[in-house]
Amino acid sequence: MAKTDFGPPDYRQMMPPVVRENYGLWKYHTVPRPGVLQHVSRSGAVLTSVRVASPRLVSTDWVRRICDIADQFCGGHLRFTTRHNVEFLVSDPEKVDPLLAHLEQQDYLVGGVGMSISNVVHTQGWIHCKSAVTDASGLVKSIMDELHEYFTGRKPVPGKLRIAVACCVNMCGACHCSDIAVVGIHRTVPRVNHELVSKSCEIPSTVAACPTGAIRPNPKLKSIEINPERCMYCGNCAAVCPAIDVMDPDNDGLSIWVGGKVSNAATPPAFSRLAIPYLPNRPPRWPEVVEAVKHLVEVWRKGARPGERMGQWIERIGWERFFQVTGIPFTDKHVDDFTHATTTFRATTQFRL
Amino acid sequence: MDEPKTPLLDELDQGQWPSFVEQLKEAAKKSASAADLARQLERSYQDNTGHWKRGGIVGVRGYGGGVVGRYSAMPEEFPEVKEFHTLRVNEPAGFYYTTEKLRQLCDVWDRWGSGLLNLHGSTGDIILLGTTTENLQPCFDALSEIGFDLGGSGSALRTVTCCVGPSRCEHACIDTMDVTQELTAHFQNEIHRPSFPYKFKVKCSGCPNDCAAAAARSDLAIIGLWRDAIEIDQAAVRQYVDEGLDLFNEVLRRCPTWALEWDAGARELKLNADDCVHCMHCINRMPKALHVGRVRGAALMIGGKAPVVKGALLGWVLVPLMEMKPPYTELKELLTKIFDYWAENGKNRERVGELIDRMGMAAFLEAVGLEPLPQMVHAPRANPYLFWRPEEVKQHG
Repeated sequence: MAKTDFGPPDYRQMMPPVVRENYGLWKYHTVPRPGVLQHVSRSGAVLTSVRVASPRLVSTDWVRRICDIADQFCGGHLRFTTRHNVEFLVSDPEKVDPLLAHLEQQDYLVGGVGMSISNVVHTQGWIHCKSAVTDASGLVKSIMDELHEYFTGRKPVPGKLRIAVACCVNMCGACHCSDIAVVGIHRTVPRVNHELVSKSCEIPSTVAACPTGAIRPNPKLKSIEINPERCMYCGNCAAVCPAIDVMDPDNDGLSIWVGGKVSNAATPPAFSRLAIPYLPNRPPRWPEVVEAVKHLVEVWRKGARPGERMGQWIERIGWERFFQVTGIPFTDKHVDDFTHATTTFRATTQFRL
Repeated sequence: MDEPKTPLLDELDQGQWPSFVEQLKEAAKKSASAADLARQLERSYQDNTGHWKRGGIVGVRGYGGGVVGRYSAMPEEFPEVKEFHTLRVNEPAGFYYTTEKLRQLCDVWDRWGSGLLNLHGSTGDIILLGTTTENLQPCFDALSEIGFDLGGSGSALRTVTCCVGPSRCEHACIDTMDVTQELTAHFQNEIHRPSFPYKFKVKCSGCPNDCAAAAARSDLAIIGLWRDAIEIDQAAVRQYVDEGLDLFNEVLRRCPTWALEWDAGARELKLNADDCVHCMHCINRMPKALHVGRVRGAALMIGGKAPVVKGALLGWVLVPLMEMKPPYTELKELLTKIFDYWAENGKNRERVGELIDRMGMAAFLEAVGLEPLPQMVHAPRANPYLFWRPEEVKQHG
């Protein structure tokens, strides 16, 4: 019997010596160039971290190649960021420029630090998820092929901008608090295979799974029925009952949400809010989605004051102006009708006309 | 091995951003399952829909989770991904690795799986993407040989993750790495054997910048904070000003409580510490000049989650400032009380935030033994419908 419950490798043995020796002693940091962080310790030690984009889905050979780089320049240590970037940790200042030259020569993209567009947090998509409306990796690749100059710092942005892609409304990975979120959605009522329901689904838990009470048992068929007036296509029922199918390639699509953040800096954490309710799901390059994201980035870039994130910019100019300057139509879809809807209705005459 | 023909995916082999298609193809040279994965994905790109079946519970001996079962819905056409399960492998805190450890991991995964992985999944685990039911146990055995254990999945405590904390950040008010390692060790059973109403996430950030996105997605977020005043190095402030920082527009007026003033005559930055709400904005803007205070602990936020089932929630203040000293007994005890109350009262697939929404925050606070505090609310209630307990009113008869 294999041993169990021993937990992950001890981080203390994974950290490079400069990190172990200066643990808790860091005094400040600077960003000497895009994608590079320099941390200075109270001990006088300096650690340079070079951040590199990764596709998140990687092969073992890719991992071995970045290990080769870390062996050559970083004494055999590296780390990853919460946004899937690789960080090469350099303690010898002599090795920083050679590392950067090597990375450039090998076509790695260095960037994603501070006031930039960092790597895109995203979900599994068609590569490995059963409930994916779209392919997250493909969308990310298509979006970042257009925006990579904001990652590398070749083009400046007024503040930090964090993009996330979720292939369904489950929104794995804090997608719902992003400056720009792309989310896969359904738009039609799920189909029920009654014969299969009676064989493979637990009816009470399927009924209970519906957040709007749209599902009731159908005793005659030993199945369930869905009230189309109440269903908002969330797919929760399909998650608990494999006889319910919510996938609809003709109608499924992508929605775009803006202005969320997780940090408490200057303004509190905030959810992303609906900007564009539906765009078609068109692999392999998703032209409509890429265009929309690019457009949002450009309008924000022109309008935001230094340091203003997407949501802070929108808060200042007001949602009425946001829809005006982006040219995005405000529709019935933008008015909330779910659990906390009334908290979003404006109860003041303070608005712009 | 036949190279998979994937004209649509090949479109994504172009462009500047690193391509996952290149990774798929590279893995496909060595792994038949990676090749069939590329073929099935190409089919998804043609059909505009996924081709994975729903359901399927698989695992390794002794554990109830850590493996996500996955089966192709088109096994005749793509036989090598008929079974294509994922192992969630618990990452070292802070995502630090020695190249030796990563190479060992790659060797195990080339031997027992597809050679494809995510570094990392949304929750934080190393995601080893794709192996057969038969290979799960030997793969886990080989992983445990090199010191890697599985993370959480299903209705369990999910893998605890954190930001870099004091290992490489001057803002860290708590030792996020140690808290994460300690909680992971303490709650191994809750991670590996799902027994909760639904998933439970714990994430730990060293300061209110919340780089681990803890409050947005974890049922219990641990966020480092300080009680005393921000430390100010006046010479360094002057240096920022001299180097052209627009102090008024970029710092002072963006302080949520206008707690900072610039004395232009004395060239000094003055802080009204009483007004400071620890938002981090000024510190982020001038990291050389401003530093988090010295009296430190963590705020605990409860109930954060993504939309499923009844809408997304941001974590609510549960403890404004808890002292965070190893072995974190107070935190562990509180977590256990939360698990108990939730296990007792939570409905199937009801996250703890939704339970609090249904049962009331007052009932929750009482159950976990915490006093209500003004930091927990934006404002007190505005409606007159208060509940009184029998002992609070005069009883008749």
